[in-house]
Amino acid sequence: MSSLTRFFTSRWGPILTGIVVGVLAPILVKLGNPGNMGVCVACFSRDIAGALGLHRAATVQYIRPEIIGFVIGSFVAALVFREFKPRTGSAPLVRFLLGMLAVIGALVFLGCPWRAYLRLGGGDWNAIPGILGLIAGIALGVVFLRMGYSLGRNRPAPAALGWVMPALMIGLLLLLLFALQFGRDAQGKLTGPIFFSTQGPGSQHASLWIALGVGLLIGFLAQRSRFCTVGAIRDVILARDMHLLNGILALVLAAFVTNLLLGQFVPGFEKQPVAHTNALWNFGGMVLAGLAFTLAGGCPGRQFILSGEGDSDAVIFALGMIVGAGFAHNMSLASSTAGPSAYGPAAVFVGLVACIAIGLTMREPQTA
Amino acid sequence: MSDIKIVDARGLSCPQPVILARQAIAQGKFPIQVLVDTGTSRDNVTRMAASSGHQVNVETKGQEFVVTISK
Repeated sequence: MSSLTRFFTSRWGPILTGIVVGVLAPILVKLGNPGNMGVCVACFSRDIAGALGLHRAATVQYIRPEIIGFVIGSFVAALVFREFKPRTGSAPLVRFLLGMLAVIGALVFLGCPWRAYLRLGGGDWNAIPGILGLIAGIALGVVFLRMGYSLGRNRPAPAALGWVMPALMIGLLLLLLFALQFGRDAQGKLTGPIFFSTQGPGSQHASLWIALGVGLLIGFLAQRSRFCTVGAIRDVILARDMHLLNGILALVLAAFVTNLLLGQFVPGFEKQPVAHTNALWNFGGMVLAGLAFTLAGGCPGRQFILSGEGDSDAVIFALGMIVGAGFAHNMSLASSTAGPSAYGPAAVFVGLVACIAIGLTMREPQTA
Repeated sequence: MSDIKIVDARGLSCPQPVILARQAIAQGKFPIQVLVDTGTSRDNVTRMAASSGHQVNVETKGQEFVVTISK
């Protein structure tokens, strides 16, 4: 087991994880997921929010098994390798807000960092301003980190606290399997409280067990290798450390080759799946997302992975993303394929102001 | 008084343990003991110190780790 541990913490850990994500995500698209959306943590949080009725955008409602797999896969890896460590208490309210703001920014772009890289690997050049925005947001976050920004320390918590998120995920899996319908709509037809799209991206998905299996594998690998799509860029800016970035480069390359082999590589700006061509707000949305993720200590996937390890502050961030995704659709903040929505750009401004305020004010209390 | 510089990075989110360890290294007083409580922080601090040409020793103490950095 220790040689396996050494492998995953070596430079090959993030690279292997990146290759697995880069190969399997386009295969999930082939098997039914929306275009360039084999894995998108923000989009999937949004779909889960919709399935639970937190928003009623009828085209984006589904309980994505990949997310359940991320948490359970990480949970199993953490238990097996003795890294399951329940902890809590590092500014949970701020983390909830950061989760909301990050997902709002990501939904203005139409994808989290994972999907930004996957879109690039599928030939969607609109991902380029998005990734540039992500880099800018992370760089701004690094400025705050260098100035002493901190959400403070967590502290050890009872084991039961670490089991809550995995238990919630098992609950989501049951809701996915049994899709409860005990409400009635105006015509008397059965509806809710669980909603699944019958058309649009929410209706497009690979079969449940395959998606869950892929999620479990990625969750396991990412827990072992500490794979992080935001930390990758942050560490290069902060310390010229390429360790995690190698994983992202492997992801993009693997996604490019797999898409090419599957006939899914379609280069260009126009008519890309679940994407818009407004470069300014592809950039702007991801500045907000990159900053919020950096201030929270990791990308959205990483937050779900940490949730599986027992980090309940990461759980709070993840729940903030799901709730924020609900607001993003209820308040017309999320973009559509036509472009940014009425209030998306304003939300990015407000979100940036909030993140800058958080970055300037949050410091570890001096107790000496 | 001990000559060992102690950096307590327990309970802090990424990448703060690495930032604190780098600041301690920049001060130039060795050895430095960095206290961390997750495998991720242990690996990150170890990698940073080793890649900047320092000797690193990791000791496991219960649920925590002591990463000792020397010249």
